[in-house]
Amino acid sequence: MIGRTRIEPLVSAENLRRTYRSRKGLFGATTDVRAVDSVSFAVMPGETLGIVGESGSGKSTMGRLALGLETPDRGQVFYRGLPMPPPGTGEWRKLRQKMQMIYQDPLGALDRRLPVLTQIREPLDIHQPAAARANEEAAAKMLARVGLSPEQGARYPHELSGGQRQRVVLARALMTRPDFLVCDEPVSALDVSIQAQVVNLLADLQAEFGLAMLFISHDLRVVRQISNRVAVMYLGQFVEEGSADDLFAEPLHPYTRALVSAAPQARSAGKAERVVLAGEPPNPARRPAGCAFHPRCPVARPECRVTAPELRSVGPARRVACHAVEAEILSFGEVA
Amino acid sequence: MSENRASLVSLKGLTVSFDGVRVLHGVDLEVAAGEAVGLVGESGSGKSVTWLAALGLLPRKAQVSGSATLKGIELIGASPRVLDSVRGGRIAMISQDPASALNPVLRVGKQIGEALALHRGLSGQALRAEALRLLELVGIPDAPRRLDSYPHEFSGGQNQRVMIAMALAGQPELLVADEPTTALDVTIQAQILDLLREIRREMNMALVLISHDLGVISETCDRVGVMYAGRIVEQASAARLFETPQHPYTQGLLASLPPLDGPRRRMRSIPGVVPDPRHLPMGCAFAPRCDRPTSRCLQAQPMLSPLEAGHAVACFHPASAKPGMRAA
Repeated sequence: MIGRTRIEPLVSAENLRRTYRSRKGLFGATTDVRAVDSVSFAVMPGETLGIVGESGSGKSTMGRLALGLETPDRGQVFYRGLPMPPPGTGEWRKLRQKMQMIYQDPLGALDRRLPVLTQIREPLDIHQPAAARANEEAAAKMLARVGLSPEQGARYPHELSGGQRQRVVLARALMTRPDFLVCDEPVSALDVSIQAQVVNLLADLQAEFGLAMLFISHDLRVVRQISNRVAVMYLGQFVEEGSADDLFAEPLHPYTRALVSAAPQARSAGKAERVVLAGEPPNPARRPAGCAFHPRCPVARPECRVTAPELRSVGPARRVACHAVEAEILSFGEVA
Repeated sequence: MSENRASLVSLKGLTVSFDGVRVLHGVDLEVAAGEAVGLVGESGSGKSVTWLAALGLLPRKAQVSGSATLKGIELIGASPRVLDSVRGGRIAMISQDPASALNPVLRVGKQIGEALALHRGLSGQALRAEALRLLELVGIPDAPRRLDSYPHEFSGGQNQRVMIAMALAGQPELLVADEPTTALDVTIQAQILDLLREIRREMNMALVLISHDLGVISETCDRVGVMYAGRIVEQASAARLFETPQHPYTQGLLASLPPLDGPRRRMRSIPGVVPDPRHLPMGCAFAPRCDRPTSRCLQAQPMLSPLEAGHAVACFHPASAKPGMRAA
């Protein structure tokens, strides 16, 4: 994506921060939980940025911020270089045609009382109510495009399987011809064999419609499969970012290394040396000082307890936030 | 398979029907003492129902037939007295969601204690000491204090550790773990799988690991059974199954897992959906999704039959995967 002719990012964000206030007990003191902190990113047209991280890492909040469903406390999201209008305004609503969201649970995203084809055409009926005939045709065409029969289109959501429902959600999202899609764990609830079908469909639709995507998942395999670039989140921050191939082939940050090695391999032999992280998943309400990862880090140094490392560029399209990696690079001159 | 080791649990022709709809079509499975057996399959394939049926844990309306024996003791249709002596004692079970399996208003020490009192007859100081030992064994830090904590004060991974401690209270010969790590983050999943491996070695306990995740199974189990639509369609040692899978469904499942290294290719998916148990196809249940069905597959049900020692497959056309397989 580093071209000579400069391409403008479709969606970008600078220094995003989102804090939730949580109260301990009924009358307890409130604490601020930083779900997302100092995150910047850019998604080029047609590109997929994958976001991986464990529960509580802030990846879903990131998705909501990117769509403007939530307003950041600090920082700004830009769409085609212009600041995202505040949610609920007419301007924002208009923009939402161009940006859509796919959730993990398609049954929750669909209306149980309407046949699915009706739901697929609904976005068009809202945005161009006069063109009923054209809307119907477009919806039927989209239904076929996502691999569903007209007979399935007449069914209600509960009469379809999980994978078929996710196809319906995809079809509905694409009706307004968006150019940006945020997918939050879109295949996590599906069976393995169905996951592959939906991921393939998503890749096809992306190519066909020129979609840019923010693909959020805890599943490294699926993220690698569909993403151009991947960012790893830990406690609300990016700790590493790189191309999908490089990042998983040669993870630099100790957390990415642990994640990659913890992903179970379906292999007969050669069980790789596994980095098993000590400790519990982090609690965003009790964020450790310094580098948030240091209590679980196998290579933590004294300074990690005090100073938070910054996300620094360490090679082509690769950024890492880690004191140990920085020190290694200083002593060897380059990334191994 | 397990000829050289004494069989601990033996399932023979186990079938289950709900309201006249058969969901389990005759499962045969041997688990040897100390062995780790994986059962893999998609939702609805019958992997959980198999073990719920064997342990008499299905609702009354389920019709179970066939045989499940623990060292010669028949469990199907056994009296509550027999089942009570087996369940939790000789065979323990843990489930996917530890938070709902634990009692939210009882301290975990008390809950582990209940199992110890019931299965080992412990009380007083001895009971507390043993509960503490178990909590330490499963790697809960600061165990003496944590005995007095409630489940909501633990994280999901820690609650699963507590569940494992409770399961170990009866010193079981077999632990049936039903998707024990599915609800956990990968780094925590790695910890729990390590713990299960360690405990199994230490206590010489057999393990049945039920999972939809081939990776989890391959890292933990000696032998694997692949289930589809209520039958075991392939069974082999873990090494063999992942190296030379023979059933087209197993091959499809393995191909559906995108790799973490090497070139990225379009994923090969299994077309179609899992059949509805009420409307199973006439022949092989997998035939409608198979990439090499013949007329025979559409008419007759292939039986699980040995291909060679320790490797059985239920397919009329078993074959090693060829790179030229059709992409769906």
